[in-house]
Amino acid sequence: MSVTSPPLAVTAYTATSAVGAGLHAHLQALRQQRSGLRPNDFSAAPLPCWIGRVDGVESQPLPHDYAQWDCRNNRLAWLGLNQDGFLTQVHAARQRYGATRIALLLGTSTASIGATEEGYRRLTEDRLPDDLHRPAIHTPHSLTAFVAAALDIRGPCLTISTACSSSAKVFASAERLIRLGIVDAAIVGGVDSLCDSVLFGFNALELVSPEPCRPFDAARRGISIGEAAGFALLERADAHPGASLHLLGCGESSDAHHMSTPDPNGLGAELALCDLFGRAGIDAPHVDYINLHGTASQKNDAMEALLVARLFPNSTRVSSTKGLTGHTLGAAGIVEAAITLLALREGFVPGNAGVNAPDPACTPHFAWRNEWRPIRIALSHSFGFGGSNACLAFARATASVNA
Amino acid sequence: MTALRVQVEGIGLWTPQATDFEALRRVLGGGATAEPVARPAATALSVNERRRAPESVLVAIEVASQAVNMSRRSAGNLACVFASAYGDQATTDYMCRVLAKTPGELSPTRFHNSVHNASAGYWTIATDCHAPSSAICAGPASFGAGLLEAAVQACAKQCAVLLVCSDTAGVGPLGELIGCQLAFGSALIISPAADERMPQLNLALVEDAPRHPPLQAACATWMRDNPSAACLPVMAMLADGGGECVVAASAKRGLLVKMEVSA
Repeated sequence: MSVTSPPLAVTAYTATSAVGAGLHAHLQALRQQRSGLRPNDFSAAPLPCWIGRVDGVESQPLPHDYAQWDCRNNRLAWLGLNQDGFLTQVHAARQRYGATRIALLLGTSTASIGATEEGYRRLTEDRLPDDLHRPAIHTPHSLTAFVAAALDIRGPCLTISTACSSSAKVFASAERLIRLGIVDAAIVGGVDSLCDSVLFGFNALELVSPEPCRPFDAARRGISIGEAAGFALLERADAHPGASLHLLGCGESSDAHHMSTPDPNGLGAELALCDLFGRAGIDAPHVDYINLHGTASQKNDAMEALLVARLFPNSTRVSSTKGLTGHTLGAAGIVEAAITLLALREGFVPGNAGVNAPDPACTPHFAWRNEWRPIRIALSHSFGFGGSNACLAFARATASVNA
Repeated sequence: MTALRVQVEGIGLWTPQATDFEALRRVLGGGATAEPVARPAATALSVNERRRAPESVLVAIEVASQAVNMSRRSAGNLACVFASAYGDQATTDYMCRVLAKTPGELSPTRFHNSVHNASAGYWTIATDCHAPSSAICAGPASFGAGLLEAAVQACAKQCAVLLVCSDTAGVGPLGELIGCQLAFGSALIISPAADERMPQLNLALVEDAPRHPPLQAACATWMRDNPSAACLPVMAMLADGGGECVVAASAKRGLLVKMEVSA
């Protein structure tokens, strides 16, 4: 049933997270293994935990034309869009293909619910206050509707909200739209911003660490929640023969196990990888690096360490970079796709930040420190609540695969 | 654009005054609406899950089950797309009220029920489905955008896809702002066009604004009061055995849906 999908060119990409705005800040943080986590200073009565907060989000309101969408989440989206010349690249694509021939697919888990929370803190006679009495920001589509207007994109326009796999699954939807000729290019990405819903929600599930998260550490104590914005532009590879980075394929599956914990046997994750291998025309031995989901929750990391040991040869290097950015939830897919693309571009394996003593379940696949080596094919794992799994494969375009 | 051709293998529908596709067919034909029913049965869920699940999930599971039963497919290997304009507004209202006053008392179950893919999660767990599941939103265009996403999946992967589109009534300050006033859900099982005995839909993105032949007064009211009822023009075509309409697929684009009358 698997249909191999031709690769797509990744012609632009960008990420903004707690380590900084844009790709250069991410590359520096990865090289120096410098974490962007800080003690929680977010809510009025902050939980005693660490967060990955983006500096300067609040300071710049949206341009006047987009005032109906102004809120902290969409300001983070705007900050992210303004990095790495991304707007210029989108403009060029719009000129090349026309606004109706480009799709916009964004992932988010909570969209701008932070604005709804604020409204409920300032209710007047059980009504949202006038300045927040704007339907546009109190729906899950707030982010995508704003970005579609800001970029003047008139093709298919979709929010994917599957918790922590959201902004990985957008790549799969985009690939299908381009393969069927519905559009010529797609802007994919995701934005999630800090809010009380996720801080207190994950805390209620006893998943939040009181200290900076330590993915795959023997004594890990849970996740550190972060926020981020990231975007990528995908086009047909044959239209861009010079493009050096490709999306080889996407794999998706469902755990069918539990709403908030992964299947400990990793069956769903393995099915997503099988789907990915079929579509990308590769197999486990071709994979040089995997940016793991690696949240630092007990159950995810135990499952994922076993998955790596079971499926991949020792030549595959793996690491989680959430010790640097925190777990950016619905934006994790795109931020880690950008990190994976940087690893391919620069030829290095980012170290698994934050570990003191590795979990004994971790095999020699794990790169505890940065390693300089060429990478031809790299994956990014994203596994979400509700058992929603998505895996992506990227390659340097010079790679020749004998699948 | 390239047109997509899909066939409809199963249909589900639930709103308090029309609890399946046959009931809707009667309303579309000019019959009276039924006495409102409080909650959907959602028997695909275990007793425990049915108790934990919010109304938004019960509506989605009910219509999904109806459509799967009509198609006689197994839900266990059926890819699914769950669309909703507003997600679970009652849960959002609960969360925001608690967070404003006593955030430390937030219920972990209600937090995990608040994710937009809660229905997809409950459904895949209940049916032991390991196929890809998605949860999407496109504001008032969620049905059309969901139909496009499901049809693209079906054609790109040559498989059947379950599409569910549902919303429930809002409550509290959020409900006052949004104005969604009733529960409404629909489901379709679609697959690449192959069997001419099944209803065939041709789908194409167009510049046009939404348009459709006039519907019964009850349907017009449902469309006003719930964004997921935007499916009704397509449901009417399926009930009539032919026709065409444009449903919103985004703020800027329509999805032209043509149904060829089978020979």
